[in-house]
Amino acid sequence: MPVPDKRVTIDDVVAEVRDGMTIGIGGWGSRRKPMALVRALLRSPVKDLTVVSYGGPDVGLLCRAGKVRHTVCAFVSLDSIALEPHFRNARQSGAVTNTELDEGMMLLGLQAAAWRVPFLPSRVGLGSSVTTLDPALRTVTSPYADGEELLAIPAIELDVALIHMNRGDVGGSGQYLGPDPYFDDLFCGAAKRRFMSVERIVDTDRLLDEGPPQSLLISRLMVDGVVETPNGAHFTSCAPDYERDEAFQAQYAATARGDEAWHGFRAKYLDGDETAYQEAIR
Amino acid sequence: MSDAGTRDPSTATRADVCAAALADCFRADGEILANPIGNLPLIGGRLAKATFGPQLIMTDGEAQLIENVMPVGVDGAEKVVSHWNPYRRMFDLLWNGRRHVIMGASQIDRYGNQNFAFIGDPAAPKAQLLGMRGAPGNTINHRTSYWIPAHSARVFVERVDVASGVGYDRAAALGPAGRFHELVHVVTNLAVLDFETPDHSMRLRSVHPGVTVDEVVAATGFELVIPASVPESRVPDTEELRLLAEIDPTDLRGAEVKA
Repeated sequence: MPVPDKRVTIDDVVAEVRDGMTIGIGGWGSRRKPMALVRALLRSPVKDLTVVSYGGPDVGLLCRAGKVRHTVCAFVSLDSIALEPHFRNARQSGAVTNTELDEGMMLLGLQAAAWRVPFLPSRVGLGSSVTTLDPALRTVTSPYADGEELLAIPAIELDVALIHMNRGDVGGSGQYLGPDPYFDDLFCGAAKRRFMSVERIVDTDRLLDEGPPQSLLISRLMVDGVVETPNGAHFTSCAPDYERDEAFQAQYAATARGDEAWHGFRAKYLDGDETAYQEAIR
Repeated sequence: MSDAGTRDPSTATRADVCAAALADCFRADGEILANPIGNLPLIGGRLAKATFGPQLIMTDGEAQLIENVMPVGVDGAEKVVSHWNPYRRMFDLLWNGRRHVIMGASQIDRYGNQNFAFIGDPAAPKAQLLGMRGAPGNTINHRTSYWIPAHSARVFVERVDVASGVGYDRAAALGPAGRFHELVHVVTNLAVLDFETPDHSMRLRSVHPGVTVDEVVAATGFELVIPASVPESRVPDTEELRLLAEIDPTDLRGAEVKA
């Protein structure tokens, strides 16, 4: 099949992420997160990241490992555990600052970046504290007869986007088979460099075997590298391939109670590479 | 509580009264997405759908909208799906005003400014809570009610640390951009409150059976508007109690509100 071969390794992806970059991570809460790529970032020396995410354990882990200076998150949740405990600790200690914004503002910010416009106007955010907590925010007045004043939601430009899909081909076409696309295509659209992990790489002419054309969310025009990471979203859900590993997630959440618990967890699961991780959780 | 047999309204629990009050939040709604968040609000919303609100549409908790009255907390319950509603499509509905949400609040003030984002210093909060979530966009675009399972002066405060949900004073200050803002009811374990006053400051609408006005006042950290006569919250009727047993077979509501 005449498509470019964009297969890369997990290490190739991590090598693209440098200190101080703004990275966007797809998925939502504890759902379809590119956890294999996140785990690799934990092992790398990278630091001072700004992380943009509909946040879940991706954000919590990166915060706990000291990789993050700032987050852009409307929430950080493990879904079945409402508050991400490591993110809470990082915020409450002042280690990490956060841009407070509405979930929909994040959608519009990513969309603006993806469409290469400086902002998108919306009513969302007006009247709430987001406008005072972020003094850089500006309003814009409609140039039409209504003259309404709206919030000019700034483009959220990303250096790197990381997403995880159920299936993909070597060219970077990506498919979700679960109930929700989340915003993964927008993360890719908003980023300079875009990397997709997938449960399984399939032949391009087999992409429609498991889902209809509208499940092909990710265009290869928006992807720079593809890496196959089976079970790579673990412990988040990756329906229909697998559900969230609730027992493991509870174990992870409990590590926020103290350094000893965290270091034990880290040594057992996170210090080795992805193969070692997948062995350790078996 | 989950007895499916006939129950007399005199046996209604506080949780049953709360469920009926939460259902009543949706009473004036037309054909919209009724989107109560949390177990008891969800039970109330499903009760509304099963009784006076067949036109309401609800979510399955993930990416689909459903037409049947699904029981709450029952794995594998049948769903009749009529719409695909992933997160991005949710914004299409809510920015179009086709939704009434019931949210929680860690803090709420007299004008209905709501905080569930964090407490304390934004740079290092004393308590990091949920974050802004969708509260700013919800409250500026469509009808909103609140559910407070433990009515106390720690929640009903003079001033919220952060306004995640927009209250009436902040909405009024926006002029035309605030025109879709509307707070309906605040339902608690003690009472129902609303904003039906000249300046939209919070008013005691009814007290649940067994609760006094003084108890509500003592549990509220700002001055409530108290009408000359405060009615009792309504008690669900026999048919509603029968439906509640179907909607909430494991008595999640009783676990949430004990009195």
